[in-house]
Amino acid sequence: MKLNVDALVIGAGPAGLGAALSLKENGIEDILVVDREDAAGGILLQCIHDGFGLHRFKEELTGPEYAERDVRSARENKVEILLRTCVVDIINDEGLITAILLSEEKGLVRVETKALVLAMGCRERNRGNIAIPGSRPAGILTAGFAQKMMNMFGHAPGREIVILGSGDIGLIMARRLTWEGSRVKAVVEAQAYPGGLNRNIVQCLHDFDIPLYLSHTISRITGTGRISSVEVTPLEHGNFAPPGKRFSLACDTLLLSVGLIPENELSLRAGVVLDQATGGAVVDSNLMTSVPGIFACGNVLQVHDLADSVSEEAGYCGTAVARYLRGETKKAREVPLKTGNLVRYVLPACAEAGKEALISFRPISPAQDVVLTVRTDTEELLRKKERKVFPSIMHRIRIPRVPETAAYLEVSFASEEK
Amino acid sequence: MKKELICINCPMGCCLEVVYDAKKVTAVKGNECPRGKDYAAKEIFHPERTVTTTVRIKGAAFLVLPVKTAKPVPKDLGSGIVRAASKIIVNAPIKAGDIVLHNVLGTGVNLIATRTAERA
Amino acid sequence: MGNDYDVLIIGGGVVGSGIARELSHYKIRIALLEKEFDVSFGTSKSNSGIIHAGFHSLPGTLHARLSVEGNRAFDRLCEELEFPFERRGSLMVAFSEEEMQTIHMYYERGRKNNVPYMEFLSRAKTLEMEPNLNPDLLGALYAPSTGIICPYEFCYALVEDALQNGLNLFTQEKVVRIRRGRPRTNVRGSAEASGRGRGHPVEVETEKGSRFSGSFVINAAGVYADDVARLAGVANFKITPRKGEEYLLDRRVANLVRRVIYPVPTPISKGLLVIPTVDGPVMVGPSAFDVESKTDHDTTYEGLKAIFEHAQKMVPSIRTTDIITSFAGLRPVATGDDFIIGPTKMKGFINAAGIQSPGLTSAPAIAEMVREILLKEGLKLELKADFLARRKGIVHIRKAIEERKFEKVEEAIRADKDYAKLVCRCENVTEAEVSEAVKRGHTCMDAIKFMTRAGTGRCQGGFCSSRIMKIIESKTGTPLEKITKKGPGSELLLLPLSKGGV
Repeated sequence: MKLNVDALVIGAGPAGLGAALSLKENGIEDILVVDREDAAGGILLQCIHDGFGLHRFKEELTGPEYAERDVRSARENKVEILLRTCVVDIINDEGLITAILLSEEKGLVRVETKALVLAMGCRERNRGNIAIPGSRPAGILTAGFAQKMMNMFGHAPGREIVILGSGDIGLIMARRLTWEGSRVKAVVEAQAYPGGLNRNIVQCLHDFDIPLYLSHTISRITGTGRISSVEVTPLEHGNFAPPGKRFSLACDTLLLSVGLIPENELSLRAGVVLDQATGGAVVDSNLMTSVPGIFACGNVLQVHDLADSVSEEAGYCGTAVARYLRGETKKAREVPLKTGNLVRYVLPACAEAGKEALISFRPISPAQDVVLTVRTDTEELLRKKERKVFPSIMHRIRIPRVPETAAYLEVSFASEEK
Repeated sequence: MKKELICINCPMGCCLEVVYDAKKVTAVKGNECPRGKDYAAKEIFHPERTVTTTVRIKGAAFLVLPVKTAKPVPKDLGSGIVRAASKIIVNAPIKAGDIVLHNVLGTGVNLIATRTAERA
Repeated sequence: MGNDYDVLIIGGGVVGSGIARELSHYKIRIALLEKEFDVSFGTSKSNSGIIHAGFHSLPGTLHARLSVEGNRAFDRLCEELEFPFERRGSLMVAFSEEEMQTIHMYYERGRKNNVPYMEFLSRAKTLEMEPNLNPDLLGALYAPSTGIICPYEFCYALVEDALQNGLNLFTQEKVVRIRRGRPRTNVRGSAEASGRGRGHPVEVETEKGSRFSGSFVINAAGVYADDVARLAGVANFKITPRKGEEYLLDRRVANLVRRVIYPVPTPISKGLLVIPTVDGPVMVGPSAFDVESKTDHDTTYEGLKAIFEHAQKMVPSIRTTDIITSFAGLRPVATGDDFIIGPTKMKGFINAAGIQSPGLTSAPAIAEMVREILLKEGLKLELKADFLARRKGIVHIRKAIEERKFEKVEEAIRADKDYAKLVCRCENVTEAEVSEAVKRGHTCMDAIKFMTRAGTGRCQGGFCSSRIMKIIESKTGTPLEKITKKGPGSELLLLPLSKGGV
């Protein structure tokens, strides 16, 4: 089967739906959204906890409620969504983009498209990737998989839980499991500071007196059929502490919340260049990748903490794609973005001289009483005091107009000066 | 008496220094917005949380339906509310916002659906 | 009386399965007893998957004879049984003058063992063949007859062919008693076949209480072969488990090497290798470390460090950040260091024990050797006229997708709509393939993983596990909380959220 569209969006989560809705708003009608799941909404469908939408809707919503707003808008705006469909390849043949789809409903589909929006989200880092020593019993699950099994299939993984990683997914699952009657014995975190939001440390750990071991990791897994215990070790200069300092925790389940990896395997097949620092594509001020006509937004571009900022980015992306389709992206000079003091990455890779810039970035480590500055080679564009910054919270700023003659834009966190 | 709290109203997670006596909060420092003051008062004397969980559903394309307390409820009732919810089986169709359990555990707060389920 | 057999095989690894397939050519009743949930779940599933050329082995040993013989059989076997196999060739790489002399020694060994086509390659030629090797190397011994296979798919293929030719397979049957039984009065179906052992068959009882009798019993019990021999009262050897860890690397570095890269071996093992696998990803290992316990399958931090240090010496661009997953297995090392294949003091009880490297390579030849031993011991073997030599593998579309041959995918979908339902995104495995694996009797997550590759990719089951579980549930009626990783005791989930919570 062969299809021809103006824009193909891969993923019907908040990023994909956000881009599709923005395309429609910008007058692009001929779009197709595909998603490999049974229902649109992306990962939000399994995020049954609240905390979503505070910025965008000024309300506190659960994940499914947030998703439903976009899904309803999509239906109202007649956005076509093909579910239970996987994109298995993207072929880039001299500017002609063809996506190969495996659709439960339609079989193999070849879609020729003028523009492609990558919105595939992330996958989780797992036990195999981090090579925790020990045996390989059942009962070791990534936190997201456990969340899916609990919140979509109605099955809890176990009764005596240890969680590795204090990212938000792990914290949320600590609470979910405790409420359901399981006992979460500990959350173990390799860094010296928690990976998730403070509010989740309170609501998910403090509320239940679940101990958090910072600067610790798991040095061994024991168990034949099912996991029976883990050995926890303090980290000394990044290494396991000597055996005398380690301790054992009996458990029947180990949840791993050890990082998200943007799911860019398809992007690589299409020839898209990735940024080592973000795991996502290198993009210009239009969120267009190194391949003309291929754009990216949402978690596949950079790991977000808030669905609200995914939606903002997706809206921006859709507008940019619409301009591209209308041939309106004659670009002014590109001004590269640089990472300054304490900044781990900046996205996009460049801004357009004379235009507005929407910049996302994160600090390398937690810091207090710093000054966020954005400067060019000749002038300071922004200066803002920040009481506290965390790697787990992404910053996003708008520069209303990038100076015409700027050689670069540098984002940095400086310590507060008098 | 003094206590340090982290405000959970929004992702900022401001660290609050709260001074209080037996009856009320007398001072709050560290909040970046006024909601922090309200949070402090509540948290010291009547801590509340929104509880989210799932109930079983029949006749829909999926097996469990996500639900939440329509308003925050006393913090300690979390596990009890989840236990009560686990006994419930609802039938599709159901709309997000529909009441799944009235006046859960006598709190005066309803447990409502957070996802719409069409008949499969 | 229904459990009387001419030959009982204890152990469903590549050795036992190979013997089962060989014997299923003949008009005899055979049974294979495997103590785990599925065949290959012992040492075989942890195997590196290398079909060695045979130059490592000491001339005159069974290792040498059977590995060279076995190696030759794989082209035909792969064609008949449809398991993946490729003759990639191997390079034993030398980094010093001393090592250059050592590889010359192995060349001589290879010649004595009749290993074909070996060649010495200069540094330049070696690097031309494998540009990612460490340029500090001095030269290499090239053996084009080295191959790579998927060891568990090979095992399943052997068993499936044997099954369609009459094998009786019993899984989750651990042998706990062996003794000489009373004379058979009523021997069904193979009255003349059992020859010398007919009068007093060997009786075998399992942990579950099942009883089997066989005129002949083959001990192919891997790391437990000495325990099984002890049950028969003929334990004159000891099995020392020698653990090997392996690390599988991400597909993005799949083409680092095309051939098997051997270092100069150590006294106890072939060394730490860089191994291309037949499905694509590169593997490094295995380490070699004698352990106490026969259930110690732990990977270790020390093992990881040692393996990567050595791997990086050979292929400098290998990184620990490329690791997708790791595993460990136990080699059954017997006293005397050679294979122990032959009859024992108990009439009818035959060992096929101590089959460590080059065991996988030798498996086809071991099967033939055991057949000859059985003939000598009096078993009458008459070839079946209707022996089914061909077994159909599961049709996978992963390669077609990778090679952009989409017409092949469309063809598969036309034959079975379930090929349009992707279950494993990382390895492009569809519902059609998973359903077929379940149909063929593989109902735990590991066996399905081994049979189809679903779950072996980057996300290690993050996306596909729930789908696979749903397929097992719908095809077998097993509720989700009873689905296991590798048999009872390894359930993935413990509790449905109902009846008042956990």
